[in-house]
Amino acid sequence: MIKNEMKLQIPSRSSNESFARIAVASFFAQLDPTVDEISDIKTAVSEAVTNSIVHGYMNEIGDIFIHAKILDDDRIYIRIRDKGCGIDDIKQAMEPMFTTCKSGERSGLGFTVMQSFMDNLKVRSRKGKGTTVILTKTLKKRI
Amino acid sequence: MSVDVKIELEGGDMIAYLNGEIDHHGAAKIRNDIDLRIEGAHPELLILDFTNVSFMDSSGIGLIMGRYKLMKDIGGVLKITNPSPQIKKVMKLAGIDRLASIQRLKQKRRSDYFDKK
Repeated sequence: MIKNEMKLQIPSRSSNESFARIAVASFFAQLDPTVDEISDIKTAVSEAVTNSIVHGYMNEIGDIFIHAKILDDDRIYIRIRDKGCGIDDIKQAMEPMFTTCKSGERSGLGFTVMQSFMDNLKVRSRKGKGTTVILTKTLKKRI
Repeated sequence: MSVDVKIELEGGDMIAYLNGEIDHHGAAKIRNDIDLRIEGAHPELLILDFTNVSFMDSSGIGLIMGRYKLMKDIGGVLKITNPSPQIKKVMKLAGIDRLASIQRLKQKRRSDYFDKK
C-alpha cells in the first residue's frame, strides 16, 4: 500500500543534481530516518540523476521524472526515469569501473554505489527510448 | 549548494581545502582550480581536505582518482584528510584507501597537515 508519494519533473541540468537529492531526502524525512539513511538515499539519487544527465541526455537537455513513494513497513521506493538514449548493455554498464565516458573523469561506479547504499536496484532500458532506475530500501525501526 | 576550494602551498606541499557538496556539477570546477595549481607548483605532496565537505557521490571518486594520477605522474603523493563517514564509505567502495592514505586530523592547523606526512 502506498502511504504517501511525491512526483518531480526536472530538466537534465547538472545544477539540478543537488536539488533532486535534497528534494527526495526531504520527502522521506517524515519517516524520521537516521543520518546514515538520509546520506545513503541522497547519494543513490545523486548517482541515478547524474547518469540521466551525463549519459541519458548526453548532448541535449531532456526531462527527468522522479517518483518517490512510502510503502508499508517503512519501505521506500524511488523511481528515476529519463527518455534519453538508453543503455546498450545493462549488464556491462553495471560492472564496477565500466564507463562509456572517455572524458570528464567518470569513475564508472554509479550503479555500484546505488547497489551498495540501497537494498535493491532495478534498471530497465531501451535503446533510444530511455532508462528507468528503481531504488528500494527498508528503513530501520527506531527504538 | 556548490563546492569551492581554497589552496595553500608550503614548501613542496599543497593543501586543497574543499568546501561544500561534491557532485558531477561541482567536481569539474574544482578539478580545474586544483590542476592549475599542481601544474604551476609541482608539489611533492597534495592533501585533499574534506573537513568541510558535506556530501560526495561517485563524481568525487573521479576527482580523487584524476588527482592521484596527476600526482603520480609528477612523482608526488596524494593524501586525504577528514572525510565524513558517508564520504569515507564512498571512498572505500572505490578502493581509494588503497591508493592514498585517509587520515583523521582533530585540529585544523596548518602544522598538523604538514607535519604528518
